[in-house]
Amino acid sequence: MIAEAGLAALWLAAVMALLQFALGALALGRGRAGLAPAIQPVAVVQAVLVCIAFFCLIAVFVRSDMSVLLVAANSHSAKPMLYKIAGTWGNHEGSMLLWVTILGVAGATIALFERQLREDTRVATLAAQGAIALGFYAFLLFSSNPFARIENVVEGAGLNPLLQDPGLAFHPPTLYAGYVGMSAAFSFAVGALVTRNVGPDFARAMRPWILGAWIFLTVGITAGSYWAYYTLGWGGWWFWDPVENASLMPWLAATALLHSVTVLATRDGLRAWTIMLSVLAFSMSMVGTFLVRSGILTSVHSFAVDPERGVFILALLAIYIGGALALFAMRIGTVSEGSRFDIVSREAALVLNNLMLTVVLVVVLAGTLYPLALEATSGTKISVGAPYFNSVAGPIALITMVLLAAGPLLRWRSDKPRLVLDRLVFSFLAGAAALLLIAAFAGSIGILPLLGLVAAAIVAVASLAPLWKRNLKRTPLFTFGMVMAHMGCAVSMAGMACDSAFTRETMVAMGPGETQAVGDFAVTLAGVRERPGPNYQALEAVLSVSEKGGTPFEMLPQLHQFTDPPMQTNQAAIRTFWNGQLYLVLGEQSDGDKWVMRMWWKPFVTLIWLGGAMIALGGMLSLLGRVRRDFLPRRRRTATVEALPEPEPAE
Amino acid sequence: MSRKLLLWLPFALVFVLFAVFWLGLKNPDDRIIASNMVGKPLPEFSARAAMPDRPGVTSADFTDGKPRLLNVFASWCVPCVREVPVLLRMQQQGVEIVGVAVHDSSPALATFLAQNGNPYDRIGLDEGGRAQIEFGSSGVPETFVVDGKGRIVHQHIGVVTEQDVPQLLGMLGKAQ
Amino acid sequence: MRRLAALALLIAAPLPAQAQDYAEVALPDPAQEAQASRLMDTIRCVVCQGQPISGSNADLAGDMRRIVRERIAAGDTPDEVRAWLISKYGDWVSFKPQVKPATLPLWLIPLVALVLGIWLVSRRLRRHH
Repeated sequence: MIAEAGLAALWLAAVMALLQFALGALALGRGRAGLAPAIQPVAVVQAVLVCIAFFCLIAVFVRSDMSVLLVAANSHSAKPMLYKIAGTWGNHEGSMLLWVTILGVAGATIALFERQLREDTRVATLAAQGAIALGFYAFLLFSSNPFARIENVVEGAGLNPLLQDPGLAFHPPTLYAGYVGMSAAFSFAVGALVTRNVGPDFARAMRPWILGAWIFLTVGITAGSYWAYYTLGWGGWWFWDPVENASLMPWLAATALLHSVTVLATRDGLRAWTIMLSVLAFSMSMVGTFLVRSGILTSVHSFAVDPERGVFILALLAIYIGGALALFAMRIGTVSEGSRFDIVSREAALVLNNLMLTVVLVVVLAGTLYPLALEATSGTKISVGAPYFNSVAGPIALITMVLLAAGPLLRWRSDKPRLVLDRLVFSFLAGAAALLLIAAFAGSIGILPLLGLVAAAIVAVASLAPLWKRNLKRTPLFTFGMVMAHMGCAVSMAGMACDSAFTRETMVAMGPGETQAVGDFAVTLAGVRERPGPNYQALEAVLSVSEKGGTPFEMLPQLHQFTDPPMQTNQAAIRTFWNGQLYLVLGEQSDGDKWVMRMWWKPFVTLIWLGGAMIALGGMLSLLGRVRRDFLPRRRRTATVEALPEPEPAE
Repeated sequence: MSRKLLLWLPFALVFVLFAVFWLGLKNPDDRIIASNMVGKPLPEFSARAAMPDRPGVTSADFTDGKPRLLNVFASWCVPCVREVPVLLRMQQQGVEIVGVAVHDSSPALATFLAQNGNPYDRIGLDEGGRAQIEFGSSGVPETFVVDGKGRIVHQHIGVVTEQDVPQLLGMLGKAQ
Repeated sequence: MRRLAALALLIAAPLPAQAQDYAEVALPDPAQEAQASRLMDTIRCVVCQGQPISGSNADLAGDMRRIVRERIAAGDTPDEVRAWLISKYGDWVSFKPQVKPATLPLWLIPLVALVLGIWLVSRRLRRHH
């Protein structure tokens, strides 16, 4: 019964989405303005219905109702409760249902809370949101019904063990909230084009939505990176794998959009480009969904694969992206280009930041898809992995960091190079100091890590400069947000550079009683014992670890053997210190009583995720600041359109 | 003018993108990694005798003018069992089949051959997968057609079925 | 050539009883191990496909790690070992794309994007007073 109720709710939600689109179209296209107020409750009802459908699916997973095909194929009654719930979206149908649920909730949030936008633009935005939802409801109902029944199944097939991790509980929902949150930016852009309303007011209304989605994306990617780091058990934190790239591409577009929308809001510039980026950011989210869900790319993370469904999503993508571009081409002639600016100005720095982020996006897109294109056209199989992405995207990322250091210190419209250099003097000193320290103590490290550390030092100091000599009490919250996010970039980059330059790795076969050194640590194997797990058998190595002269402590890496489905996974033992992480992995038994151990000492690797968290936190501060300033006291809105006399930092 | 042209650029890019996606969907990634050694001479390798009654395998065995099948298999490989009857029939038709057993042991092989039959004239134990990597083979079972001069002319990936026999026989016939 | 011959001997001869199995164990020389490990991070496992051989549990990946370490220990450069593996499995086996006409777009596409972008930005700049 629960499954049928869920399916009914899903159908009704689809009807509401259709109604939402139709109401908007009638109100704007046929001049039936009287219909416009109805669109708001319809959007809310749609969200409620799709949430009901989603909770029904969770309920059948929790009850391990094996008469539902999806549960039988992906769950198991002996699975811990957390993974029964999280397993709801650990498969194709469930994750697509989560996708539309977030889409519905995003639409309802716009309907309930968006008060800044001109009325007709808001109606058009909600109609666009309804149109997107409609397509994805159709996809679920016609080709991926999560509630389909099956007979005579007693026990489920189980969940991929790699996914049986607390990370599954919040990583996909967060990432999807980011992916799908970008639909708001897309719908706003469509709404603005339809109602010819591209300007600073529109940009200010759209900005919090972009920020919100971007925060989710940042958190999702950061958490996903840490999840992969500790579950895959080979010490890497980013693999340039197609699925990871699929999440990075919307983030790059969204980061660019976040900066360009600021130019539009403050200086009324970059109108067409901001609209284009809004379309691009959500297009990249949909492309990401397509790449993951169609299974056209080989990936370490690949779970559900189905080319048939790929055609359906591809058709949806063609309609939405093509439609938005067509609208863009038709209407953009009526959007003037906005004001021009000097090469040395805040605008120029933000535009160059956009350019660099877009080029990185192109690199990621080309590197991900070129092997596919080459194989389809010539049959030649190639692989494009970390060496390509690091060597091509790395230098561009470094240039972006330099722009990031200078950008917030520039004045709008025009500035004097000499004054800019003056403002950067402490940053350059920090960079020089970093260079000297590395030369003195670190010996020879690769050129990219070296430049990365120097750039991190420069940016770390430069990111604080906007607060220099300011009355901190009167500094707006979003300025602190920007400072925090830019500092996070420096911190994250320092972590990446340290990890690639200073990591110590050892791989040995150890017998009981033997000791091996890794970094400053001595690791002694006491023994390997068996440990029963809830739905797996574990082998656990008991390791006694001591840092030079310190008290020994115990670390317990495990090897898990799952039976449903049969698979072996590593559970690394990770211990965090202030200056890095010790990462120990138990491998196979080699001859006799020896066990293969892989050990890493990773100095400052935690900075990578700390930086990611800081970037997200900076986003949250900005969001709070923007909401407080742009939304609450309405009378101040007009003042910010004028050029500000003093450099006002942007996000 | 240039602004008009620029408007077409996104469409062109999206078109290229979708063409790639479409092609990707049309030929899904087959995930089969073909050997790059086809058409090249069999590389130097040697695999010691696995069974007391059959000699081992070295690359020198393949240059006597007689074309052969080189079968990469393993006793622990479940699909390999299915191709043994087909290989036996080919052996009866005069085809010489050389086996290279990957990550295997003599006792396990003895059981495997006793249960399923022995289509091999020679069987070598490939310790550490060295021969397998020399051939550019990425799994078991795989079957290579080697001509009389010791050149690899064809790679068959996966189980050899009845349907594959005419093609393999044809290649052996041509590969003097 | 002599090195190859020595290697052939090494491969042909059964391993001495005390020799390490380099599939799972690092080379004694840290500099060589660093080279080998950097190389193994960029060789794609032909069984599990998404992973480099350094992180794969597949037997064949272990075999490849052993051979990579042995070749590095015998004095081959990482590029020579990579080329050898490519001669066996084709370009697919290397996560580092080889520079050749078919792969040029990988570098040309970003370059074109950059040049186009710079041109677009330059149109938006204010002409100097």
